[in-house]
Amino acid sequence: MSSITANILNVVGILVFVVASAAMLTWVERRMLGIWQERYGPNRVGPFGILQVAADMIKLLMKEDWVPPFADRFVFVVAPTIAMFVVVAAYAVIPMAPGIGVIDLNIGLLFFLAMTSLSAYSVMFGAYASDNKYALLGGLRAAAQMLSYEVFLGLSLMGVVMLAGTFNLREIVLAQQEQWFVIPQFLAMLLFFIAGIAESHRTPFDLPEAEHELTAGFHTEYSGMKFGMFFIGEYVSVLLTASMMVVLFFGGWLGPVLPPLVWFLLKTSILVLLMILIRGALPRPRYDQLMAFGWKVMLPLAMINLVVTGVLVLV
Amino acid sequence: MQDTFFLVIFYVTAAVAVLSTLLMISRLNAVHGLLYLIVSSLSLAIIFYLLGAPFAAALEVIIYAGAIMILFVFVVMMLNMGHKGVEQERQWLKPGGWIGPGLLALVLFAVFVPALSGGLVSTGPRLVSAKAVGIALFGPYLLVVELASFLLLAGLIGAYHIARPPEITGDDSDSLTSARHHDDIAIEPLQGAG
Repeated sequence: MSSITANILNVVGILVFVVASAAMLTWVERRMLGIWQERYGPNRVGPFGILQVAADMIKLLMKEDWVPPFADRFVFVVAPTIAMFVVVAAYAVIPMAPGIGVIDLNIGLLFFLAMTSLSAYSVMFGAYASDNKYALLGGLRAAAQMLSYEVFLGLSLMGVVMLAGTFNLREIVLAQQEQWFVIPQFLAMLLFFIAGIAESHRTPFDLPEAEHELTAGFHTEYSGMKFGMFFIGEYVSVLLTASMMVVLFFGGWLGPVLPPLVWFLLKTSILVLLMILIRGALPRPRYDQLMAFGWKVMLPLAMINLVVTGVLVLV
Repeated sequence: MQDTFFLVIFYVTAAVAVLSTLLMISRLNAVHGLLYLIVSSLSLAIIFYLLGAPFAAALEVIIYAGAIMILFVFVVMMLNMGHKGVEQERQWLKPGGWIGPGLLALVLFAVFVPALSGGLVSTGPRLVSAKAVGIALFGPYLLVVELASFLLLAGLIGAYHIARPPEITGDDSDSLTSARHHDDIAIEPLQGAG
């Protein structure tokens, strides 16, 4: 009986943790960007502005939840749900510490890839249902971008799978007790990082919602909590990419002295901060540059990494 | 207890698969149809998983639901059918059109039911891991894998050929703008445009 209680605690705890920290990230990001750009950022609500999240939440919930009369109502409502559901579901396979993690799937890595590939639907259906030119352009960009970078996302991981010999994320972490995979798979780590940012379509890869040319891209017509779900979904996706990198390349919960969970959270937050810093530092490329970079730089590098790792494993 | 649990999941998923496929065929709006098709392939993935093939289940989601269906949605979005498309479908999808396919499907069903009850399905649930799939693919079925890769290569070269930028005639072939001024590029008209 106690194991069932522990399981429920595990599931509910991780769910609440993920959604709450994603919501907090909206504040962390604005605050950190402010500090890096030599301004204050949101610092009015509560100490250091920490209650900004609550203020934002109240604002979003009080806003009129409007569905445009020309929109495809059914799809319009389904799209943000997919955005949120898919990333939270993908978090189920992340092993945070020994005994902490929702499910220990023997195809955990593939499950993660499957959920990421489904996340393209939220953007595309949102764009289609809005029946808006900006949204449509944003949706087309998102579809091509996510489909392309998914390829490199998957390919860059296969080196790790070869070294660990399993798709099970918990076993992948345990295989790093001697040496973190970031050392033999440094190139793969960089590729995964870039592809991960592109998959969660954040700056510099946020062309699907580039505000200077497409208003707000695929979520132009969304308001209220439906927009909030796209927004929080993006931050969960940031968290997911960072956690995945920790699990695959930075030894998961492994580390001296401190308890395992603390190590995991520490490593994850460093990577999340790095992603925020990149947003503050890099400009957006042109769309054709983005696609050319993907297919002409990322793909060959991922292939080379795959071949070299294969040779090294065999020898 | 465990077995009945799995049986219930199996039948519920199977019902969802059949229902969503039927709805997919009968929707007037193309995107709604695609949504049901995605649901259908997701439920197929769950069935694969229950039958002890987790790798096939993951591939079903990654490739069918996650890549091929996205291309379908992409094309439907490009065509931008909207309300006109629904009207058109309503005219085309007359009840009379269902008779032929319905009869043929009935024949298939009539053949299928005795085949199922006759116990022709002999391979019981047995866990097929990713490793087992890999060993099978690159062992006895290596030739098939190579043939499939030929097919993909042909598709790749074809796509490259179609999407190739038009050749620029003239001295300074590196400068597209000057070539435009001379107005001597032979740009082929788009197939089916207008």
